[in-house]
Amino acid sequence: MNTQPTQGSSSTATPRRSFLNFLLSTSIGASIVAIFYPVMKYLTPPKTGEPATASVVIPKGTELKNNSGQIFKFGSKPGILVRTPDGEFRAFSAICTHLECTVQYKKETSQIWCACHNGVYDLSGRNVSGPPPRPLENFKVNLRGEDVVVSKG
Amino acid sequence: MARGKGLSTTLYEWIDERVQLESLIHFMSKKAVPQHRHSVWYYFGGMTLFLFFVQVGTGILLTMYYRPSAEEAYESVQFIMTEVRFGWLIRSIHSWSANLMIATMFIHLFSVYFLKSYRKPRELTWVTGFGLFALVLAFGFSGYLLPWNELSFFATKVGTEIAGVVPFVGKFMVRLLRGGDDVTGATLSRFYGFHIAILPGMVTLILTIHVVLVQRLGMSVPIGVEKAAVSGQKPTRDVPFFPNFFLHDLLGWYVVIAVLAALAALMPWELGKKADLFAPAPAGIRPEWYFVYMFQTLKFIPAKILGMDGEVLGIMAFGIGGLFLFLVPFLDRDPAHHRRTRLFSGIGVFIVVYIIVLTIVGYRV
Ligand code: HEM
Ligand code: FES
Repeated sequence: MNTQPTQGSSSTATPRRSFLNFLLSTSIGASIVAIFYPVMKYLTPPKTGEPATASVVIPKGTELKNNSGQIFKFGSKPGILVRTPDGEFRAFSAICTHLECTVQYKKETSQIWCACHNGVYDLSGRNVSGPPPRPLENFKVNLRGEDVVVSKG
Repeated sequence: MARGKGLSTTLYEWIDERVQLESLIHFMSKKAVPQHRHSVWYYFGGMTLFLFFVQVGTGILLTMYYRPSAEEAYESVQFIMTEVRFGWLIRSIHSWSANLMIATMFIHLFSVYFLKSYRKPRELTWVTGFGLFALVLAFGFSGYLLPWNELSFFATKVGTEIAGVVPFVGKFMVRLLRGGDDVTGATLSRFYGFHIAILPGMVTLILTIHVVLVQRLGMSVPIGVEKAAVSGQKPTRDVPFFPNFFLHDLLGWYVVIAVLAALAALMPWELGKKADLFAPAPAGIRPEWYFVYMFQTLKFIPAKILGMDGEVLGIMAFGIGGLFLFLVPFLDRDPAHHRRTRLFSGIGVFIVVYIIVLTIVGYRV
């Protein structure tokens, strides 16, 4: 289209045309927003108001053998209960700080190991080798009879 | 109706009068396929296309029994494998064909890269082709989760977590992909939606553009062959695409069918163990082969490089690599005159060697 103002009619045509253009482009813009805003919002999953878990009981947790570990449910996420070679209980989040795989206890080396990219943590949860950038989240452990109570620190 | 004409001729004419088949056939036969020593590479695009059709066919069959929920997905695939007649075959073909498709697509991509077929006027053919490459990888990634087994569960966790590295929108994208904060049944529903509706729709659209562009622009002739032809040393021979080259293509497809049938029948695809959200990642875990080079890179990268998270740098490097490939027709401006063009071949060789070496390493350790 020729948008150069032509002589004569230009004085009236141009403002009218640009006004129409303005109306057209803004209403198309508004329609696009009106369509895509709800779609984007729809696609974003709602926050499920899950109660934050503060502590869990692991029944008969004290039966865990020395130098071994066990995964437990901490709310909807996995945790790992560890018994060191000297019999001490410790608990961490089992979610690797690298890319969220679930870690496991490695008996041979008495370490916590993530199979996904060979991440290694010591029995204090510190990242000692491989790609994990941070230590595992630490939980508090209390013994209550045969059970182990794990709570957020 | 005129007597003496065969039924098929009459039918052809009936349709032709209404939809103008003649011009369609003219459109297809206008394109000429040059014959020269690099011609074999022209087959891989067609093979990839054919395998996509196989995926659509077998995928639709799988939807008849597959159930997309964390409680039922694994069991429904098990049911397909053990109870449904020929279910094992359909699923094996879908899985093997997905892998072959990705392999032929890689070959296709790098062959047109090295032959520099992306040069003017085929920039858009390259760009749409790259879009297809990304979409097909997304197809593989989303399909991999559907059987809801241990390996695919952790592969999806790691893979989606990687999206979180993208600056600003990362966290949002992870939630968008997962349908929540974690990989759960909600992720499975979403991936099913991607896999059987969104991705097929997008691929069909871009594939159509890609193929129409190829058809309109004709096949590119490699620079060396073109020069020899222009200087009269070695004129190129052409064959029309339709029906001549199409018949060659058909032959290629038969080879694909044979390979596919052999693989699916002799090595039925495994199902593995059902995903358990509270089990540790199993030793020896590894993504599908076409992601292994990235996976192995993530294993090698140290936790911190110059104070930044190592994996962030690694993933950004892959992003830049992808962006480079996407934009290569606009970066390599003058391939016909051989300027800077060595550099681009060199980068291509580096990318291919990197992918091959890290994939091999990934399978050895
Ligand atoms: C319209 C096209 C498609 C449909 C309707 C479809 C449908 C399905 C369904 C229902 C499943 C779940 C059943 C199962 O796990 O065996 C599945 C799995 C899968 N799909 Fe597709 N699919 C399509 C295209 C593709 C394409 C183009 C690829 C290419 C990469 C692909 C790759 C996969 C993979 C890797 C699996 C996992 C196979 C397994 O381990 O069982 N699909 N697909
Ligand atoms: S997710 Fe644990 S090392 Fe990568």
